[in-house]
Amino acid sequence: MIDQLTVFLENKEGHLASMCRCLGDAGVNMVALTIAESSEYGLVRILCTEPERAAKVLDDAGYRATVSPVMAIGLPDRPGSLADLLDTFDGLGFNVEYGYCFLTRDGRAADVFKVGGAAASAEVTFKLEEAGFKVLSWEDIA
Amino acid sequence: MSRQIPIMTAPHEQIEQIQLEGIKQTAVRCYENIPFYRKSFDDAGFDPRSIESFDDLARAPFVTKQDLRDNAPYGMLAVPLSEVREVHMSSGTTGVATLGAYTSHDIEIWRECFGRGLVFANADENDVCQICYGYGLFTGGLGAHYGSMWSGATVIPISAGNTERQVRTLRDLGTTILECTPSYAMHIADTAIEMGLDPARDFHLRAGIHGAEPFSDAFRADLERKLDYKVLDIYGLTETMGPGVAVECMEQDGLHLAEDHFYAEIINPATGEVLPDGEWGELVITTTDREASPVVRYRTRDITRIIPGECPCGCTHRRIDRLHGRTDDMLIIRGVNVFPSQIEDVMKHFDEVSSWYQIELDTRGSLDVVTLKVETNPNFPLDSIGAVEGLQGKIQSALKTALSVGIKVKLVEPKSIPRSEGKAKRVIDLRKGIN
Repeated sequence: MIDQLTVFLENKEGHLASMCRCLGDAGVNMVALTIAESSEYGLVRILCTEPERAAKVLDDAGYRATVSPVMAIGLPDRPGSLADLLDTFDGLGFNVEYGYCFLTRDGRAADVFKVGGAAASAEVTFKLEEAGFKVLSWEDIA
Repeated sequence: MSRQIPIMTAPHEQIEQIQLEGIKQTAVRCYENIPFYRKSFDDAGFDPRSIESFDDLARAPFVTKQDLRDNAPYGMLAVPLSEVREVHMSSGTTGVATLGAYTSHDIEIWRECFGRGLVFANADENDVCQICYGYGLFTGGLGAHYGSMWSGATVIPISAGNTERQVRTLRDLGTTILECTPSYAMHIADTAIEMGLDPARDFHLRAGIHGAEPFSDAFRADLERKLDYKVLDIYGLTETMGPGVAVECMEQDGLHLAEDHFYAEIINPATGEVLPDGEWGELVITTTDREASPVVRYRTRDITRIIPGECPCGCTHRRIDRLHGRTDDMLIIRGVNVFPSQIEDVMKHFDEVSSWYQIELDTRGSLDVVTLKVETNPNFPLDSIGAVEGLQGKIQSALKTALSVGIKVKLVEPKSIPRSEGKAKRVIDLRKGIN
């Protein structure tokens, strides 16, 4: 499991930039960033160095930031590998809340998923490893 | 030991005697000295000399804020200006300011009425009162100042503003009693925590006297937890004196009126009919012994009720309930009457949100749209759209059940709702043709 930083941002001009500037000034380095948006606000999901400290830095600066565990899975870079993974999820009866993909430094595809609570995540991790998928740790991606 | 006021525990019949005598004298003096009352009483066929009972007073016409405005600045004085020692002006929350004037005797009453709050808080010469109501024309600052001086405590007349200095003063001077608006007390508490202090450990507070705006029980509990002290509500208005018309005792179950100085009625705001004890309505006040600015049946526009029964604290003066809002705060949303306090009552059931909120009214087409903006608490994990929308939806449906009107809930970022040093602005009305 990997700690993901999530920031609640209202849709305002320059808001994302100033939040990122705040993290940059604190020496936090980002590996991945994705935005889920509604008409009024966005949730910015970030994989970064020192997520707990990053959340504290943002809280102190007046942002609402939270840290939650997500699952990152390494996939071979070939057509159909994501479909294989999702079929496995489906077969296990787990529902994916949200997910996104990025490339690790060594060029492998990494897929991040949020699956229910902590217990569900642990079970999925176990089952996925059993099925031959590689569940990544922070050291694997950064 | 705190100073004692014998009339606070006198038999109620004795208080009623003082009141009846007082309102008759006040009505006669108003009639004889203030042209507005002469005309108003004559038009209504009301003879102030005929007052023999409280029922007789109920025949007198009301006086409203507008009447005071129309006769501003000096038209409502019952004494020559040469006898007036001090004047105050209302905060003008809703329009042109009105004047309250005080003779030396009126200041004396005020001192002692506000002082009753300090009596309830058991204040004595060992206490240190930090007064961060604004000093000036607002009655909050000087009212608290006079009352606290009267109690024998040490007074820090710091006034409102410069919140970090407030925090340092609270810590360094060992303040035991904090006097300010409840929203400013919350701002001070939050600022102290942000500055890295633990108010429960670093401050010596034991009581807060917080008035000038209504606040909910949830807001009070939050304040008491943060500052580790006991919060007493105080009520008053410039038109009848200032803070001290009614003050809460340590039972925290309603505010004791200073009944020897103020006679209270609760009326139906739509019909003007006097309501029995226990029923909610508009508070109407008649002063019994004010010299410069007496009022007969002043409509306060504040919504409360007389709490039936006696208070275990021993004070025999009747209690009004915590304010439920103002008749002019009442929002009419798609034909439904809504008080901001009702919205607050619903919100206190949600741990995920903080005490900071704002209600925004707008129109879309011809329909009123109400949006409740609320800040979340840091411990609420909003890492998915589902969590954010789920919470918004839960609050929305609770509001719909409680108010019978749809209100859109919008979670906002921390600190995005403006903090106030005086009265918090809870309602923003953007509807066309209303303001």
